[in-house]
Amino acid sequence: MTDKAEASNPDHVTIQVDGVEMQAPKGAMIIEVTDRNGVHVPRFCYHRKLSIAANCRMCLVDVEKAPKPLPACATPVADGMKISTRSERALKAQKGVMEFLLINHPLDCPICDQGGECELQDLALGYGRGVSRFTERKRVVKDENLGPLIATEMTRCIHCTRCVRFLDEVAGERELGGMGRGEHTEISTLVGLGVHSEMSGNVIDLCPVGALTSRPYRFTARAWEMLSHPGVSPHDCVGSNLQLHHLRGRIKRVVPRDNEAINECWLADRDRFSYEGAYSEDRLERPRIKRDGQWQDCSWEDALEAAAGALMQVVEQHGGEQLGALVSPSATVEEQYLAGRLMRALGSRNVDARLRTGDVSDQVLRPAYPALGLPLADIDTLDAALLVGSNPRAEQPIVNHRLRKAALGGAAIHYLNPRRHDFNYPVAEQLVAAPSTLVSRLAAVAAVLLEERAGEAPAGFRELLAGETPDDQARAVAGALREAGHAAVMLGPLTEAHPQGAALRALAGLVADLSGASVGYLSEGANTAGAWLAGAVPHRQAGGKAESSPGLDAVAMLAEPRKGYLLLGVEPELDCWDSATAMASLQQAQTVVALTAYVTPALEACANVLLPMGAFGETSGTFVNAEGTWQSFPGVTSPLGEARPAWKVLRVLGNVLQLGGFEYQSSEAVLAELHALLPEDAGETRMAWQAPAAGQDSGGLERVGLLPLYGTDPLVRRAGSLQQTRQARDRSVRISPATAERLQLAGADAVEVIQGDQHVRMPLVVDEGMADDAVWVPAGIRETAALGPAFGPVELKGV
Amino acid sequence: MSTRASHSRIGDLARTFLLVELLRGLRLTGRNLFRRKVTIQYPEEKGPQSPRFRGLHALRRYPNGEERCIACKLCEAVCPALAITIDSEQREDGTRRTTRYDIDLFKCIYCGFCEESCPVDSIVETRIFEYHMEDRSERIISKDRLLAIGEQYEAQLARDRQQDAPYR
Repeated sequence: MTDKAEASNPDHVTIQVDGVEMQAPKGAMIIEVTDRNGVHVPRFCYHRKLSIAANCRMCLVDVEKAPKPLPACATPVADGMKISTRSERALKAQKGVMEFLLINHPLDCPICDQGGECELQDLALGYGRGVSRFTERKRVVKDENLGPLIATEMTRCIHCTRCVRFLDEVAGERELGGMGRGEHTEISTLVGLGVHSEMSGNVIDLCPVGALTSRPYRFTARAWEMLSHPGVSPHDCVGSNLQLHHLRGRIKRVVPRDNEAINECWLADRDRFSYEGAYSEDRLERPRIKRDGQWQDCSWEDALEAAAGALMQVVEQHGGEQLGALVSPSATVEEQYLAGRLMRALGSRNVDARLRTGDVSDQVLRPAYPALGLPLADIDTLDAALLVGSNPRAEQPIVNHRLRKAALGGAAIHYLNPRRHDFNYPVAEQLVAAPSTLVSRLAAVAAVLLEERAGEAPAGFRELLAGETPDDQARAVAGALREAGHAAVMLGPLTEAHPQGAALRALAGLVADLSGASVGYLSEGANTAGAWLAGAVPHRQAGGKAESSPGLDAVAMLAEPRKGYLLLGVEPELDCWDSATAMASLQQAQTVVALTAYVTPALEACANVLLPMGAFGETSGTFVNAEGTWQSFPGVTSPLGEARPAWKVLRVLGNVLQLGGFEYQSSEAVLAELHALLPEDAGETRMAWQAPAAGQDSGGLERVGLLPLYGTDPLVRRAGSLQQTRQARDRSVRISPATAERLQLAGADAVEVIQGDQHVRMPLVVDEGMADDAVWVPAGIRETAALGPAFGPVELKGV
Repeated sequence: MSTRASHSRIGDLARTFLLVELLRGLRLTGRNLFRRKVTIQYPEEKGPQSPRFRGLHALRRYPNGEERCIACKLCEAVCPALAITIDSEQREDGTRRTTRYDIDLFKCIYCGFCEESCPVDSIVETRIFEYHMEDRSERIISKDRLLAIGEQYEAQLARDRQQDAPYR
């Protein structure tokens, strides 16, 4: 048998586990083989995604001819090895280890949040003694504050070091470490700095005992009493797979659902803790109508009649083109599709989910949807990448994790941004330039590649270079992309919001073409790709077919005020590219119908009818992620109060407006209708070259207004614990030292930000990483909601 | 049967008319008439109760006044009738406490599993068995009422637990 197996596969060896023969790849550890074959070996420190520490000793197994039991997690298999996992010697070793582990472990299971899902509790049942022989005092360890997300009870720690290894190896921040030896070992933050990684929540899942638990979930439920249903993250274009744990109609916590192709077994903190936002105090639970300037609760019938009447009035008085719809890029495909259908049935093509797109001049040339151009899992194996206007660490933490894997594997990752971001892996080159010069910096990379190809420059390309000669950085980036076997150019949300986004996209396409790399987009929101395919864009019908004449995009709809607006899951003062204009246009409108989960002062100021819609976990639907995977999920809890899933609201609104074909019985029926419209080849990402307008150096200060990590959508903005993190509390304006010097702001700690007539006072940080003349003024936060466009001229004044 | 019947038919007649069976019954009555009485005058008189009696529930406190319950939810999990509903949270001082502890007395089967499972002897079943309600909604007893019952009968409860301790 052994000879035959070796003959058939020379890379495999045959071992015998508990008398059963198993094939194992050479060099594999025993525990990997037993796990794959369904033989359970107890363990605490071993985790398939982390390095091997072999420090818990729980997985000791009996290996024939070995003088002592060996740890299964750190013993490589050898041909003919005879292993016994349940022999007397193995069991004696395992029970002995368990007795030592329990010596210092407190007996506080009844108040421990891990109780019921604790690996130590489970294994103690099988390997522990009924009564402890230890009569001495137990060890007590002082707790450390690990921030607002992770609760600690370090006395329970059994020093498996999974958390230490996770933060070091996966999150890329060595924020925890083991101090002391023997009984004095403590897991602690190295210099009392806390844990701030954007993936820190995963240590809660990794901790086999109750030493690290979730702070927002603390003491609110038990593992055995909650129901668990699948979900998909509503925050970024990755679409991380989740499991929602809920009890009596409330989501109690969110844990990852394994999907190797998307989020592996990890979850970003934003996806894990954002559920808190679904229960914020400003949830809208009843429909409301504004009558004579006063908001009144009303029945759904009255609200829908009023909404339909108001929309019809605009259509009848001013025509359909006077209606506009702003749709959240994180709404489900079904909601976006119905919003698009509703608007088109009312005679308007002004529907847009690209709320923060500053340049739509190339929209008809763009592919069916902004796709990543490669599967997410393939990011791991990239050899080189250029990310333009992207900070995946804040925008798509899982993409950042995958890029980190690639970088640690030797990939050259390059960035072109107005700010040098902190990455948790070595970055080959970070090209830093003010927004208006991003175009020429990218053109320089393209120019290097053109030189080498000795090809003819496409029409209009020379003008883009605008006299800039390629520098060493551009040459390095171009060289790395060209040399790499597997390279990608990715465009982040900044390129969408950028006023010359078309130029950046065209150049990125050119760079990718010339270097043989793939090109793709890391789009904003959970479902920008879905919005393009569902017809929630003004230039494409549902299914991606081009409109003969495009309607107005989100920015234009607000810049050229309409008479009536329909808002779907949008906070206009925070989600729009130009907040000030958005609020002004909405306030002057005759009718604003808002489907919203939350009631905010801004909505109360501008809307006429507020229709409460389901928030996270309350709506069934589908998200399309950046790689083009359609992921459907069920509604898990019933919406609070009288709120209803937005697709149902839109469906009934369609009925009340007497538009045909709105008789859907389920969100699946909506999805099926959309699926029938989809073309076969929607995955193409390349763009035809179009000579873009050359970038103009404004000569003054330019705003960089991006969404912060915990400010991306209404749900996250209300997640209390996330808002207390260091990342959320940093709301400062950033400028480079040279700019500060020039403006005489070097010592200032606050500054007045002026955009047109609007001005706000903000804390100021002088940041070495900022490009000269670029001013970092975050969007999506209350402090800057009064300001104008996300990108464009800005002034700073000392206070 | 027929032979025996023919043999004693006259005897049967005599027994019938002489009320022998009645007198036999009266003899038993007469015997018990002068014995010590076992009937008690409930509700004025009460019968004896075991310290393990399982009646109305109560939540106990520690001698220092702190409630014992730590919201571990084991009673809720073990309850075969699903009569217990608990909500919990972190109290201001960081301890794990219930915000709601409801027992549905219509569902409860008084099996005593809740008491059995409690790691801190908080939920107990008292000796109270005479209670009533005038409205169906009163069947649910909440945390404050359970604690009030516990406070009222603490001396008795403590004594009963003490008495039963050697057998646990």
